Amino acid sequence: MTSEAITHGGAMNPEGDGWVTPDGRHIGPVVLEVKNITLRFGGVTAIKDISFDIREGEIRAIIGPNGAGKSSMLNVISGFYHPQEGEIWFRGQKRPPMKPFQVARQGIARTFQNIALFKGMSVLDNIMTGRITLMRSTMAEEALWWGRAEREELAHREAVEKIIDFLEIQHIRRTPVSRLPYGLQKRVELARALAAEPKLLLLDEPMAGMNVEEKEDMSRFILDVNDEFGTTIVLIEHDMGVVMDLSDRVVVMDYGKKIGDGPPDEVRNDPQVIAAYLGVSHE
Amino acid sequence: MFYREAGDFKTSYREDMQTFPIRLDRRAYWTIVALAFLVAPFVVNDYWTNAVLLPFLVWATAALGLNLLTGYCGQVSLGTGGFMAVGAFAAYKLMTAFPGMNIVFVVLLAGVVTAGVGLLFGLPSLRIKGFYLAVATLAAQFFFVWLFNKVPWFYNYSASGQITAPERTIFGILVTGPSAAPAAKYLFTLTILFGLAWLARNLTRGKTGRSWMAIRDMDIAAEIIGVDPLKAKLSAFAVSSFFVGVAGALFFTVYLGSAEVTEAFGIDKSFLVLFMIIIGGLGSILGSFLGAALLVLLPVFLKNVMVDILHWETYIAAHLELMIVGGLIIFFLIYEPHGLAQLWRLAKEKLRLWPFPY
Ligand SMILES: Nc1ncnc2c1ncn2[C@@H]1O[C@H](COP(=O)(O)OP(=O)(O)OP(=O)(O)O)[C@@H](O)[C@H]1O
Ligand SMILES: [Mg+2]
Repeated sequence: MTSEAITHGGAMNPEGDGWVTPDGRHIGPVVLEVKNITLRFGGVTAIKDISFDIREGEIRAIIGPNGAGKSSMLNVISGFYHPQEGEIWFRGQKRPPMKPFQVARQGIARTFQNIALFKGMSVLDNIMTGRITLMRSTMAEEALWWGRAEREELAHREAVEKIIDFLEIQHIRRTPVSRLPYGLQKRVELARALAAEPKLLLLDEPMAGMNVEEKEDMSRFILDVNDEFGTTIVLIEHDMGVVMDLSDRVVVMDYGKKIGDGPPDEVRNDPQVIAAYLGVSHE
Repeated sequence: MFYREAGDFKTSYREDMQTFPIRLDRRAYWTIVALAFLVAPFVVNDYWTNAVLLPFLVWATAALGLNLLTGYCGQVSLGTGGFMAVGAFAAYKLMTAFPGMNIVFVVLLAGVVTAGVGLLFGLPSLRIKGFYLAVATLAAQFFFVWLFNKVPWFYNYSASGQITAPERTIFGILVTGPSAAPAAKYLFTLTILFGLAWLARNLTRGKTGRSWMAIRDMDIAAEIIGVDPLKAKLSAFAVSSFFVGVAGALFFTVYLGSAEVTEAFGIDKSFLVLFMIIIGGLGSILGSFLGAALLVLLPVFLKNVMVDILHWETYIAAHLELMIVGGLIIFFLIYEPHGLAQLWRLAKEKLRLWPFPY
């Protein structure tokens, strides 16, 4: 048995690469691994020599005080920031430097800390746009609305309607997103990310600014996504309760450094982690 | 008859995705199309065809083109006049170099040439945005006017520097040149615009249109969900320039007959088209038509009422036009950035719920 499996108290799966969680979910082999990432902005070092891995099917939380470098880490993974040092391994291969849209095409989707919806478009169009990496028709076919163009649009519409049902946002389908309250906007952003049918879903504070009820809904959706679609999820979250409930493993960051990594209850009791949080305001 | 959606249930996504999901809108659309093709050319007299219908069709084509770029993709361009000039001169060179070429091909090829040129001038958009991009397109505007003035090859070394469209026919009917019947010119232009509007509608309802709007609304998020900004922006520039080039070719060959670049394609034309889409509605195909209609009709209306009926001086009407257009722009920019098209939508929404407010 590997030490990881022991610390999880779960049983190894037959392949010996991963484990089964107490609630019966299968955690598989490593899908993405960041190795010794260092990211600097001029004089500021946002990330200092951080390494960790993300396993298939797990919910991996990243926590840490404000300015710890959590969002920067997601931006590195999604190809938006290019680290000065370090490597990213995706599905067993070292990833060359990539543009964000290329990363998206590899099956990595995300949401943003500050909502980044397309304000001039309806909920439906926002979510349809999320499927852009899955659409194949050429511009000529589209211009003439011929061949694949219409068939594809119909097929994707059907898939999007499933997501709309799943996230219970049928009633706002046609609403311009700018008219929606904050909590629903967050949900639409999740829908847009899900529309890409990602292998790996990065969520940057999906519950920030929500009330208890909205947080509960969002938690349920995240668990359902993980459970029903087997989507691997990386979750940045400040609410410790949520982190404890949802995540399989937690990375703790502080001032750009990794100060903890492990199952939630282990991390919670780590003296270094407690010290980092003492006296630091966090929502 | 009430304007209602109720009882007009959609049983498939295909029906729900129609251009006009509401039956009454669909009927209105086909009625207008039928009137435009089958009735207007036979009842409207030559004066109105030349003074209103033809320029409306040409400017609607240009406005549609600019709206794809600016309204849908968010890339401001002040080079519309210059790109229309490219279309016009491309058409002229094609007509004189290949006298046997069908005028339909001439116009479409002129559009293709302009698309290529637009692609080139779209390259800076990958680096610069907003105000700076607008200035870069302004440079294109001045460059083309200068180029077509300076290089005699473009106007076939004519002494006056003017270009004049030779006579061309479709099915034996003249559509260019001084002896072409206004109704024939009108039908020719209308057919092309109808086709282009259909293309624009198709492009904006699917993947391409959404990638343009995504870039417009939030380019970072667009890129992170998989939109290639290079492809989205350049395709918007190319498609938009194609439309604008066709508009320029039609403006010159069908409407003006002969043109001098500084006068016909100056910076004022760039602003005119920009005003059309601001007033009509950014990011709306209907808006392109409404804006073009308003700005074409306004001077004609003012002239008819003020000068011909009230016997005011011409310059007063001209000044009044400037003031009204200026006022409209300010109004729409501040209160309704989505223009007349949005006012129309809101009115319909109200009507649909009437007489119950909820
Ligand atoms: N584009 C940037 N340019 C310069 N500095 C940046 C940039 N992005 C992040 N930083 C800096 O990097 C550090 C980490 O920021 P980051 O947003 O990753 O923190 P975070 O852990 O997500 O914090 P929060 O909980 O507040 O969201 C901060 O000091 C921030 O100022
Ligand atoms: Mg953050």
